[in-house]
Amino acid sequence: MGIGAEEGGGGMSGTALRIVPCLDIKGGRVVKGKRFIGLVDSGDPATLARRYEAEGADEIALLDISATLEERRTALDSLRAVRGALSIPVSMGGGVRTVADAERLLEAGADRVALNSAAVRDPGLITELAGRFGVQCVVLAIDARASPRSGAYEVVIEAGTGPTGLDAVEWARRGVECGAGEILLTSIDRDGTGSGYDAALIAAVASAVAVPVVASGGATSLAHFLEGARAGAKALLAAGVFHRGELSIGELKRFLAENGMEVRI
Amino acid sequence: VARPAKVAIAGTGAANLASVRALCLRAGTEGFVTEDPGALLRADFAVLPGVGSFGAAMARLAARGLDAALHERFALGRPTMGICLGMQMMCLSSEESPGAEGIGIVEARIGRFAPGQVLPQLGWNRVFPALATADDGGKAAVSRSRDEGHPPFVKAGWAYFANSYRLSSAPAGFSASMSDYGETFVASLEFYSDPEDRVPSLLACQFHPELSGPWGLDLFARWVSAPRKGVAG
Repeated sequence: MGIGAEEGGGGMSGTALRIVPCLDIKGGRVVKGKRFIGLVDSGDPATLARRYEAEGADEIALLDISATLEERRTALDSLRAVRGALSIPVSMGGGVRTVADAERLLEAGADRVALNSAAVRDPGLITELAGRFGVQCVVLAIDARASPRSGAYEVVIEAGTGPTGLDAVEWARRGVECGAGEILLTSIDRDGTGSGYDAALIAAVASAVAVPVVASGGATSLAHFLEGARAGAKALLAAGVFHRGELSIGELKRFLAENGMEVRI
Repeated sequence: VARPAKVAIAGTGAANLASVRALCLRAGTEGFVTEDPGALLRADFAVLPGVGSFGAAMARLAARGLDAALHERFALGRPTMGICLGMQMMCLSSEESPGAEGIGIVEARIGRFAPGQVLPQLGWNRVFPALATADDGGKAAVSRSRDEGHPPFVKAGWAYFANSYRLSSAPAGFSASMSDYGETFVASLEFYSDPEDRVPSLLACQFHPELSGPWGLDLFARWVSAPRKGVAG
């Protein structure tokens, strides 16, 4: 990490803070879970993604939460439709188990692929993908849960259902050594609760790795996003707050700019 | 009515080309992926995208003879674009893969961003058109006489980057747009095979025009609107 260079994240020499709406997709529709359950239909992926691009989104994240093979095939169609509708980057994760899975997503138009559970089981998958497609293509998605006693964060897999015993900060460091070019860091405790990003988690991971960290889980107010940026996140991901129309991306970016953050407006 | 321009996208079997194809479509052109050096040479426009590491990508290009086809296009002044690693491969070599030779259209070497930055550079950065063509890193915005008739083709704006390696200054003969990521680096290179041309015959972009929103589309659309030259054979 640069000495002091990343303080506050508002340096004027470098990339802009990214705002990343996330579309959880299932059966060709956007849905949003609360703590990963209780899904609510939010609309057509390509239509919503295009609207977010027009509002100023810096990229779109797709998370495939299919439960069946049929849904998984539909998710590829959704990705193709989103790619065709957008002129900004698209990342996609969810259910990526093999190099072939990742290749299918890249061929269908993803610019980056996020690995989660499969990378925990086989970190070599990160290395293999980074070697084939470059580190900028490989996102390591980490779902972390605070351990009530120790204050440390544990990595959980399988959409929040599988404890691993892995320390989230250690796993992030290891993932970057393996070739991950970005960490997508979701607080399972905060996701869908509206109580804001877990700033301590973001700060712990961002100070441990030299790749960009994307904050995810819990942001619903302007202040939450600013906290995420100040904690060291290079990109701020959210879903429900945008889908429900509670915040517009334009409004959010103006607020961040007023608070000293460099954003693309 | 003119037929839509055809844009050959150099395929190396390992790149995500959906975004580049989508860009071609939006600009009213017909993008097609080819691994055939003849087709790449003859196409109205050619794009060299790139993914993975410098050495591996060069090996794939060379195995298909696409590196020679691109070199010949450059010599003939046929409009050719490099994107990200594609731009880097147009240079002589890269610190990323010591010993691997680039196509060598641009006499320059690619290095890694100085330590202390979050790498890869992943996101949107400002692009500044610079008029300098000398080996001063584009810092002095002084245009040389041959460039008097060339307002910068790449305009100021936000572009999307995804790279850990960069070209730090433009070699003589090329005009550059610059960007900053802890240090100044080359965002794009322009080369005009004919001083009378308004549109560069070589446009090498470190950023991704296909992912740079309306700004990227505008750049690409202006580039493919260049008058097309016939090619013998």
